Amino acid sequence: MIRFAEKNTAITGVGMSDVSRGATGSALALTVDAAIEAIADAGLTRADIDGIATWPGERADGSGFSPVGCAALQDALRLEVNWYGGGGEAPGQYGAVFNAIGAIAAGLCRNVLIFRTMYEATARKTAYANSLLREGQRQAGPFSWYAPYYTYAAALQQALFFNLYVHKSGITPEQVGQIAVNQRRNAALNPKAIYKTPISLDDYLASPIIATPLRLYDCDVPIDGAAAIIVSRMDVARDLRNPPIRIEAIGSSMRYRNSWTQLAELDTQAQPRVAEMMWGRTDLKPADVDIAQLYDGFSFHTINWLENFGFCERYGAKDFIEGGRRIALDGDLPVNTGGGALSGGRLHAYGAVHEACTQLWGRAGARQVKGDPRICATSTSGGPLAGAMLLVRD
Amino acid sequence: MTAEPSRILPVIDRDSEAYWTWGREGRLAIHRCGDCGYYVHPPVPFCPQCESRKVAPEAVSGRGRVVTFTVNHKAWVPRLPVPYVLALVGIDEQNDVRIPCNIVDCAPEDVTFGMAVEAVFEPSGDLWIPLFRPVQS
Repeated sequence: MIRFAEKNTAITGVGMSDVSRGATGSALALTVDAAIEAIADAGLTRADIDGIATWPGERADGSGFSPVGCAALQDALRLEVNWYGGGGEAPGQYGAVFNAIGAIAAGLCRNVLIFRTMYEATARKTAYANSLLREGQRQAGPFSWYAPYYTYAAALQQALFFNLYVHKSGITPEQVGQIAVNQRRNAALNPKAIYKTPISLDDYLASPIIATPLRLYDCDVPIDGAAAIIVSRMDVARDLRNPPIRIEAIGSSMRYRNSWTQLAELDTQAQPRVAEMMWGRTDLKPADVDIAQLYDGFSFHTINWLENFGFCERYGAKDFIEGGRRIALDGDLPVNTGGGALSGGRLHAYGAVHEACTQLWGRAGARQVKGDPRICATSTSGGPLAGAMLLVRD
Repeated sequence: MTAEPSRILPVIDRDSEAYWTWGREGRLAIHRCGDCGYYVHPPVPFCPQCESRKVAPEAVSGRGRVVTFTVNHKAWVPRLPVPYVLALVGIDEQNDVRIPCNIVDCAPEDVTFGMAVEAVFEPSGDLWIPLFRPVQS
């Protein structure tokens, strides 16, 4: 098999700050907590970090969506790096990881610190921060096509895609609700999760409709928090304290129209060809996967990924998640084992990769998946944004 | 009593100006290739089919079909009237040209996939915002 560059990299440490609905510390303080924990977890020191990456980079817009970028963290930690990069124009939230793989392959870095910080819980306590639109201001860029139509939140754009998926697949609210119920059950076993009180399917069905078919419990929960991972060159990784979690394969393609309105396959979003790319870079198959940490900004993303990763057939997710047993911690394919973003908190895919490593290293305590899981599929998504990784602990 | 929130207007440029202003004359402007006839949306003065630069706005019929939609129930800002429908409409001339819009003159529960709709225009500031309603004729 061709040596794809990601096969020369591994995750060697992870860190996560306190995750809350209202932090006492600043966004940068949370980021430092996550970064220092990840560096120490890998058995490294600040002097060993020679690269920094994040997605989407600092957005000083008061929204809390990405209040900390590479520059602020680098300076706070006084890091000396050979390369750094943060930016939103990437194949989903894991774009920062894909960039880090490239930097390692280019010989620029040995240990890259990758992080994601959210401060949306605090930001939303201000007047307007839960709105993408600003009264009295004109909207520029791709989002301008949606702006005049009261498209206040990503939930509305995504609901367009999900409603078509419901229409085509015939999935029922009772089936969709299994995602939220399963993740809340998992969150109850995760000390860092935001919502730990179990919910029933009836609770799900009683939760308010946001925009059809999305209910409140289909939506992730805004938090204040930060997560960080260290991606190291494989020869470095082998000498560190944790068993390397190899990045076996990535999917980073964008082979559709890169648009929130003109995307070809609205109901599957940009995921199918991203998954196809990932599986094309490994000999492993969907049946080899032990656990899945699938993007869940909205529960429909997770449902999409179950199909697009090939864990079930197109429009077969409704049967796969029926009753919730297959996706439970003791099921055939445990999904979003820490509660995901729906109940754990919206760390925007970096909570997912943190949980993937936590499980693969056998550190998940009461929610640890039995049978020594070694292989995890993880993903990001949102309209034209999609990225995928297959992680393996040998 | 404060008014309902107004529509947030787009920043327009030379490519998008016709789309947001031809509604004054009741016309929906979509860029079209003068050489091969392909509709290019969002508007760009380049045809991805034949690489022609002869791409310019042209009035289309204003008829289309609902590709997908959502009924929004959440009042995201104070005094936002709900529910309302956000939809993507594919134009009859070329179904893969998809236009975000609100469906108006129709109860939200009556909007369906594939529903035939036609453009109407609402003045807002210096622009004319394309909206769609069920075909009436």
